Amino acid sequence: MSADLDQLESQSIYILREAYNRIDKLAMLWSIGKDSNALLWLCRKAFFGRIPFPVVQLDTAMELPEVYEFRDRITKEWDLDLIVEQCPPEEEMDQTLPPLTRAAARKTEGLKNLLRGNAYQGIMVGIRRDEQATRAKERVFSPRSLEGDWDVKDQPAEFWDHYKTRFPEGVHVRIHPLLAWTELDIWRYSKREGIPIVPLYFARDGKRYRSLGEKNITFPVDSTASTIDEIIEELQVTRVPERAGRAMDNESEDSFERLRSVGYM
Amino acid sequence: MPNSQLRIVIVGHVDHGKSTLIGRLLNDTGSLPDGKVEQVQEMSRKRGMPFEWAFVMDALQAERDQGITIDTTQIHFKTTQRPYVIIDAPGHTEFLKNMVTGASQADAALLVIDAGEGALEQSRRHAFLLHLLGVRQVAVVINKMDRVDFSQSRYETVAHEIKEYLAELGLFPKAVIPISARHGDNIVTRTDQAPWYLGPTVIEQLDSFRRQQVSPDQPLRFPLQDVYKPGDRRILAGRIESGRLKVGDTLRFAPGGASATVVSIEAWNNPDTVLDAQAGQSIGITLDKRIFAERGHIAHHADSAPTLTHKLSVRLFWLVSEPMALGKTYTLKIATAEHRVTVEQVTAVIDVEDLSSTPGKAVHRNEVAEVVLRSRSPIAVDLAGDLPRTGRGVLIDGNDVVGGCLVIEAEDSAASNLTEVSHTVSLDERAAANGHKGGILWLTGLSGAGKSTLAMALERALFDRGWQTFVLDGDNVRNGLNAGLGFSPDDRAENIRRVAETAKLFADAGVLVIASLISPLRADRARARVIGGDRFHEIHVAADLAVCEERDPKGLYKKARAGDIPDFTGVSAPYESPEAAELVVDTGNLDRSEALAQLLDYVDETFGKNSLKSGKELTYVI
Repeated sequence: MSADLDQLESQSIYILREAYNRIDKLAMLWSIGKDSNALLWLCRKAFFGRIPFPVVQLDTAMELPEVYEFRDRITKEWDLDLIVEQCPPEEEMDQTLPPLTRAAARKTEGLKNLLRGNAYQGIMVGIRRDEQATRAKERVFSPRSLEGDWDVKDQPAEFWDHYKTRFPEGVHVRIHPLLAWTELDIWRYSKREGIPIVPLYFARDGKRYRSLGEKNITFPVDSTASTIDEIIEELQVTRVPERAGRAMDNESEDSFERLRSVGYM
Repeated sequence: MPNSQLRIVIVGHVDHGKSTLIGRLLNDTGSLPDGKVEQVQEMSRKRGMPFEWAFVMDALQAERDQGITIDTTQIHFKTTQRPYVIIDAPGHTEFLKNMVTGASQADAALLVIDAGEGALEQSRRHAFLLHLLGVRQVAVVINKMDRVDFSQSRYETVAHEIKEYLAELGLFPKAVIPISARHGDNIVTRTDQAPWYLGPTVIEQLDSFRRQQVSPDQPLRFPLQDVYKPGDRRILAGRIESGRLKVGDTLRFAPGGASATVVSIEAWNNPDTVLDAQAGQSIGITLDKRIFAERGHIAHHADSAPTLTHKLSVRLFWLVSEPMALGKTYTLKIATAEHRVTVEQVTAVIDVEDLSSTPGKAVHRNEVAEVVLRSRSPIAVDLAGDLPRTGRGVLIDGNDVVGGCLVIEAEDSAASNLTEVSHTVSLDERAAANGHKGGILWLTGLSGAGKSTLAMALERALFDRGWQTFVLDGDNVRNGLNAGLGFSPDDRAENIRRVAETAKLFADAGVLVIASLISPLRADRARARVIGGDRFHEIHVAADLAVCEERDPKGLYKKARAGDIPDFTGVSAPYESPEAAELVVDTGNLDRSEALAQLLDYVDETFGKNSLKSGKELTYVI
C-alpha cells in the first residue's frame, strides 16, 4: 500500500461526502477520460457502491468511437444514472474565439444548458491542479455566477477542509475532488485499484493519447507506453506537458484561460 | 515507487521575490516542461518587457498586466529526493484569504525577505499566520543578496531581527539562507559569493523537511459527516481526525451523549474485512443499536472525551472588510459541527509588528485577536494545542467564511459555575410520594390532529386522579418562554429545544409533562429525546392531512392554502412522521373518548402505580 495514494483517496472521499451532504442538487461530469473514471471510482467508494447522483456526459458527437463504446459498457456495468447532454453546434459559439477553441467552447454551452432553470446547484468535475496553470488556481469548492463565470480574483477563503457551501440564489458551485492529484497519481491509483481505462491511452504504432478530447481537436503524442506500468515509467521522465495533444491550448496564448473564465471545466 | 510529495508554501512581503524564487526552483531542478521558458521569453519580447523568472509563474493574463501574483498557484516539481508541490501565497494585503488558503495546506514554509528592506509588516503578519495555521517547519530565505553585495553584516542584521520575532511566536527557523533568486545563488547550486555562509542551500533545506503526519496515538476524534441508510443498514460516515478505532469499541457521541458499540467498519470493493482504522482515514461504521447520532457529532472513547462548553476563548484571524463586532452572532464551524456563537469579549487585539496587545470592541480585516465566544448549544471541542483538528474552526457570516480561529481555552460546562447541585430528594422518593413517575409525553402531529384537545383532556383526567401533571402547549409557550423566536428552521429547532429542556425540569420535579407541539422534523424530536432521556415518550397523534384540513379548528389551513402562512406544516412544509413512536393514537379513526382512553391506558402502564413496582431504577439523565 502506498501512504500517499491512501491520503489522496481519503481526502477526495471527504470532499465528495461534504458535497453530497451540503449541496442540494448534485451531478458529476463524466468526460470518460482517466480522471473522471477515477472520480467515479472514488464516488463508489465514498457511497459504498451506489453513486447517489446523476453522471453527465457533455456530448459533442465528436468523441472517438472507443470512448462511446467504453461509456455504454461502464454505464451498464456500474448501473450509472447517465444523462447525455447534447452540446450546441460550433456556429453558435463566440466567433471571436480562435477556431479550435470555439470547438471546445461547445462543452461550456452544453453545461450552461444543463444548468438552466437551476437544475443543479453543484457540479463535480475531475480537474487537477497540475494539468494547466489556470486550473492550479482553483478552489475545491468554486462558486460560479449564473452564466458560469469564474471570478479568479475574488475566490473564497478555503482552509482546514472547511469549504464554501452556502450561496446566494442563482450561483452554482463546481466541486473539484481531484484537485490535489497529479497525472502520475491517477495512473498509479488506476493501476492499484484496477480501474477500467479507455484503450486509446495505450500506445499503438508509436502513438498514444495522453489526454482525451474531441477527435477534431485532440491528437495522440509519440509514445511506446502500452501498459499502465509503462505509462508510469514514461511520466517519471517526460518533460512534455500533459495537454500537448490538445490543439486549442496552443492556438493562442490565452485560449484556455478565456475558455475557463466563462465557464469551461 | 516515488516518495510522498511534500507541500511547501512560500510567503513574504509583496515584491520580495517569491515568484522569482519559484521560477528558479522549477528551472534549476529541470522541472519545467520543454519549451516553457522559450514561450515566456517570446511573450516578454512581444510585450517589450525584459524576461523575468516570475513570468513563468504568472500564467494568467490578468496577472501579467498587473504585475502581481493574485492567487495561490500550486506547482509541482521534483528534486532527486522527492516530489514537491509549491504553493505560491500572495503577499498583497487584499489577498490575505488567498495566502491563508495556500499556507494552510503546507507541510513546511519558506519565508522570503528582501535583504535591503528587511522583515516588513507583511512578512511579520505572514509569519504570525503560519504559526496560527499550524505550519511549524519554517526556513527563512534572505533574497536579493546581490543587491547588497552579499554583505555578511547585512545578512546578520536581517537574520537576527526575524529570528527574534519568530522566537516570540514559538517558531524557530531551521535555516536562514542568503540567496539571489534572480541569479540562482544558493537555490540548487551553492554560490561562491558568500563563502561566510555554511548552512544549507534552499534545495538541501527542503529535502530535510518532514511530511506533516497526524499521529494515531492521540485520543480518538471521529466527527460524523453524514449518515447513510442503504437498505436497512445505517452507516455513520466521516474521517478520523485523530486516534484510532476498532470493531468492538464502545463509542460515545458528543455533544449528544449517546453510546453504542462498533459492529463493522464498512468498505466497498475491499476483499478483506476491516477491523480497525486510524487518523486520516475516511470511513463508515455500523453500530449495535440505533442511537441519535448525526452530522456534527464527534465519536470518542469514554475515557478521553472532548470538552463540552458554552464559552470558549479563541485566537482568531479576520479575513473580510466588515469587522468582527462585539455582540454580533456568527456561525462557528469546528470539524463538521456548526454552532451559533456570540462575541462576548474582544480580550486582545494583537499588533503583529511588536506583538503587543490591547482590548478592543471589534476586529478588523487582517487583524489577529483573542476573543471570547458564547454558544447557546453545547460545543464539543478540544484545545488547538492538544488536538488541532478538533480544536480549530472557521467563523461564517451569511454565506462566507470570514475568519479562522484556534481554541485556546474552553470552559467545561459540566465543571463550571453551572455545576449541577445534586438533589437530596431522589426521583424515587418523588415518585413514591406522588404515586406515579415523572416523565415527558411528547405529542407530535399535524395541526388539527387533536393534540391540544387530547393534551388538555388528559391533564384534566390525571389531575382529577391526584396526579402531578402539566401541559406545555406549543402555542402557549410561544407567548412567554419562547417569545422572540420566529418560524425559521433555526428558531423552530430552538423552540423545541427550550420546550424539551423545560419539560425535563418538570419531569425531574416528578411531574408528568404533556408537551403538545407539531414538531414536524425527526431531527428536532430526536434532539428532544436526547434531552429527555429514557423518560421521553413520543406519542404520534396521527390523522390524515385531509381529515385535519377538513377540521381546521383554527382556520389555519385555509389561510395557508391562500398563501397567507408561509411554510405551513402539511401544506408548504414537510411533516416527518415518527418512525418509532412509543405510541400512535389514530385520531382519524378514534373518537375523542376512545383516543383519551388509549392514552390513559398507556400512561397508567408506563407511569402509574404498577410501573413503580417494576423495581427498575430511576436515574437522572443529563
